[in-house]
Formats: sequence, structure tokens, C-alpha cells
Amino acid sequence: MAKLQSTFKNMFLSLFGICLVVAILLAQVNKMTAKPIAEAQALKLENAIKEVAPHFDNNPVAEAYKMPAANGDSLLVYPAKKGDELVGFAVNTYSNNGFSGNIQLMVGFDMQDKIVNYAVLSHAETPGLGSKMNEWFRETTKPNQVVIGRNLSEGPLSVANDGGQVDAITASTITSRAFLEAINKAYVVYKASDGKNQQEKGDNNE
Amino acid sequence: MNNNLKVIVNGILKENPIFVLLLGMCPTLATTSSAINGMSMGLATMFVLIMSNTVISMLKNIIPDMVRIPAFIVVIATFVTIVEMMMKAYVPALADSLGIFIPLIVVNCIVLGRAEAFASKNKVFASSLDGFGIGMGFTLALTLLGAVRELLGVGRIFSLSIYPESFGSLIFVLAPGAFIVLGFLIAGFNILQKK
Amino acid sequence: MEYIGIIIVAIFVNNIVYSQFLGICPFLGVSKKVDTAIGMGLAVTFVLTIATIVTFLLQKGILEPFGLGYLQTISFILVIAALVQMVEIMLKKVSPALYQALGVFLPLITTNCAILGVAILVIKKDFNLLQSVVFAIATSIGFALALIIFSGVREQLSLTKVPKAMQGIPIALVTAGLIAMAFMGFSGIDQVFK
Repeated sequence: MAKLQSTFKNMFLSLFGICLVVAILLAQVNKMTAKPIAEAQALKLENAIKEVAPHFDNNPVAEAYKMPAANGDSLLVYPAKKGDELVGFAVNTYSNNGFSGNIQLMVGFDMQDKIVNYAVLSHAETPGLGSKMNEWFRETTKPNQVVIGRNLSEGPLSVANDGGQVDAITASTITSRAFLEAINKAYVVYKASDGKNQQEKGDNNE
Repeated sequence: MNNNLKVIVNGILKENPIFVLLLGMCPTLATTSSAINGMSMGLATMFVLIMSNTVISMLKNIIPDMVRIPAFIVVIATFVTIVEMMMKAYVPALADSLGIFIPLIVVNCIVLGRAEAFASKNKVFASSLDGFGIGMGFTLALTLLGAVRELLGVGRIFSLSIYPESFGSLIFVLAPGAFIVLGFLIAGFNILQKK
Repeated sequence: MEYIGIIIVAIFVNNIVYSQFLGICPFLGVSKKVDTAIGMGLAVTFVLTIATIVTFLLQKGILEPFGLGYLQTISFILVIAALVQMVEIMLKKVSPALYQALGVFLPLITTNCAILGVAILVIKKDFNLLQSVVFAIATSIGFALALIIFSGVREQLSLTKVPKAMQGIPIALVTAGLIAMAFMGFSGIDQVFK
């Protein structure tokens, strides 16, 4: 086949044809992958909740609700239930005061105000320094740096440098501060939603 | 057959996109913090290269010369979008760690460069082989760079521990390490080629 | 205050070249002399800012309302390619001298991943239009800064004795690595502005 000449008509038809084919193809692929993409995202969230909350058998994602936090914003709360009984909460919390900005955490509490576990959802902290927060605060052999099992009803957590009870990550005090800030924020919301649930329970009993 | 093999070897050695042609530096530096990341980026690019080379070679006669660049870009962008959607759907963790460098394959000079220099002038089969060869060269280079950085930085290759992490020098996993390791690798390649 | 934070982070902390690895090709290509580096820096600033505005409006005005998010890559790159062509034609008319200097590299701006990268980044970061523009300008200042520093070093480098295998790109990359190390010192500096 001879090569098409660069006349206006040819150029237009050729480009138009290619774009049309491409648009249809992409729309098809998009339709095909839309569901798996949504599922993959949901799975990631579910796994994070499973990791941090006490054992549950309900669907926390479906029962999630927003709770107002300090200074006007709100956090997503995932209630964990066994049967009809509330066993704990997972709270999606964050801090904007990390060394490199935003840190997203999922924190789980049981009904006794204790931290069950946490998961770092996203962060941009320095690899090897601030990024250690994923391991540092769950080191159960080192009681001064672990946050799991701490009871927040005794007051908010803060780093040892600020006169608090938790040892900061070596050379990453700012990250540690932001991490604890996020956890404290989650606790306030947890407390509020705990109160709300207690009340609802009371209402049902009446 | 001999000729076909030559096209592939050419892409891996003589015209290695990274070490010799020095093209596609951005993803090379950005995604090679570990061997597995480097390899995944390489494979994604290879897929785009093979597909776009093949399709462009098939379409070369119905694309008028004056609009060839936009036409090539549309074809390349299509395959990049397909790769992006597939990765998000089936390997979401990988898609997260490669981030915006997947859509940026579209501006990787290698892909457009091969479309222009090879696919628009050669037969379909040869063009796919060229895409495979160049893609292979790119993948190998990225994997090597990722492996060296991972080893020097955290003492691992493909997450296999070689020596304790605390002996590693973290700087190699961070931004400066990318520049420095690549510099030395290219120098090493220069020496090998002289011989 | 928020904007000062964006500017500082985009220029120094997350410098587009030394920490984001975008726009490396022109960074290595036109950094042999300081004056071409300045010209390239200006061209990129100009194209980057306009491209970010146009792609932002395209995303918010057309792609999102019609659920066509999957066409993002393809439509952004086409818009950028068209823009670069326009800038090239304009530059040819307005300033032939600058056109001569940048000659080959202007078409290359299309495949400068910094442009597409920033266009995608502002959407990912959920910036509004004003934030996007500030971010785009600051990023290009960061790019120009990186280019000018680097070209200064390379002008010196061309006068020094370098081992044969390291000549050219290898030594340039190692140098860039050292500059990147210096730029790492800026990280966390934006905390001051909070």
C-alpha cells in the first residue's frame, strides 16, 4: 500500500480514525478494570481494619460513619462488632505535621480505651528514619517506645523529649510527634463515638 | 533468524537505552530504589514498547507524515493507560509504589524515539522484536541499578538479605544514591565497551 | 502562609530534579552552559505554568464531570504537545535569537516529563486552581535553579581532569548526586512556616 499523502483530508481522517478506535478501546478496558480496581481498594481498607481492630464479624466498612474531630475536620470511624456487641473501633486518622507532610494511620481501640494495633496507610517520611514508625511503635520488647496496649484514658501520649511517656524514633522526633498527634486525635474521636454508642444502647434498653 | 537475533542483542547491548543512548533517565532514577521496583518499571515499559512499535509499524502507511508525531503519541498513550489500569486492578501495591511514573511512560523518550527511528520505517515483526530488545535492555539496566542500590543501601537484593541492614548506607536508596550509582554504572559500561 | 509552604517545598525540599527525578533529560542535555540553562529554565517555566492551568481546567471542566478520568494521560499529553508547538511558533517570531539557542530542545519539552508530571501531580494532590498555579511556578523555579547550579558546576568540570571512563555523563551524574545530597539538607525546612 502506498503511503498516504499529507493532504488535509487524509490527516484529518487518519487522526480521527485513530482517536476513535483508541477511545472505544480504552472505554472497554476501563469497564473491565473498574470493578477489580474498586475491589482492590476496598480490600486494602478491610485488611487495615482487620489488622488493627479486635476480632470482629460484622462489616465495619459498611457501618462506617464520620465523627467530628478538633478544629473542624472529621475522621472516619469503623465500628467492630461481634454479634451485636461492640468490641472496638478502628479510626482512620492523620497528621499534617510529619517531617514531610501528611501521615495517614489506621488505629484500633478496644472497649477499655487500649490501643490494639495501628497501621501506617501512607506517609512521605524519610526512608530509614521517619519511615521506621511502622515498626518502632510496636516493638513490644521495648516498653518505652511501644504504643500498643497503652491506655489513653490516662491522658494523651507525647514523646519523651516533650516530657511524655513514649520514646521518639531515633533522629525522627518530628515524625514521632506527628504520629502520636494522630493517635491522640483518633482517641478523642473514639471516645466520642464510644459515648454515642453507649447512649444508643441505653435508648434501646428503654 | 540471525538477523532477528541481532535486532534483539542490539537493543540490549549496543543500543542499550540507558547505558549507551542515555534515554529515559527519569523513571530510571526514580523507580530503582529496589530491584523489584526497577524490574516492574522495566517490564511495564517493555510492554508499551512492544505494543506501540507493533501497532505503529502496522499503521505506518495510513498515517500521513505531517501528523505522525501526534498519531504516535496517541497510540503510545493508549497502551500506557491500559498498563496503568491493569496494574491498579491486579497489582495495586506495585501501582502505588511506582506512582506517577506509570503514566509518565508516555513521555519516556525511548518509546517515542523507537517509534520514530525504527517502527515507522520497518516491517511489523522486526518492529516488535526491536521493541522487545530495547525493552529488555531497559529492564535489565533498571533491575541492575535497583539491585545495586538495594544492596548498598539496605543489604538486600530482591528482598533477599545479603548482609545486615545496619551495615548498608541508606543514601543509596535515597535520591542522591540514584545519580551516583547510575554514574558509576555508565562508567563501568564504557570500560567494558572499550575492550 | 500556606502558599509560602507550597513554594518552599516545591523549590527546595521536593526539588523537581534532585528529589522528584522529573525533567532529567533536558537537565542533562542543556546544562553544559549557564546561558542556555537560563533560556531552557525560562521556556520550561512558561510552558509548565500554562500547561498546568489548561490541563487543570480540562480535568475539572470536562474529564471529571463526564466520568472520563481514564482519558487523563492521553488528553493531557496531547494538550501539552499542542501547547509546545504554539510556544515554538511564537518564539520563532518574537525572539529568533532565543529560538536559535534553544532550537533542538524546544520540541523536546513535549517529552519533558516535568510538564506532564506536574500536571498529574496537582490533580493527585487535590490542589485548587490557585494552588496549582503557585505550585507550577515554584516547581519551574526549582527546575531553573537546579539547571543553573548544575550548569555552573559543569562549566568548571569541563576544565578539570576526569578519568576517561567517567568523562561526560557519568561524572555529571555523580556531581548531580552530590548536589542532591546538599538539597536533602532542606527537608523539614517547611516546618518553620507552619
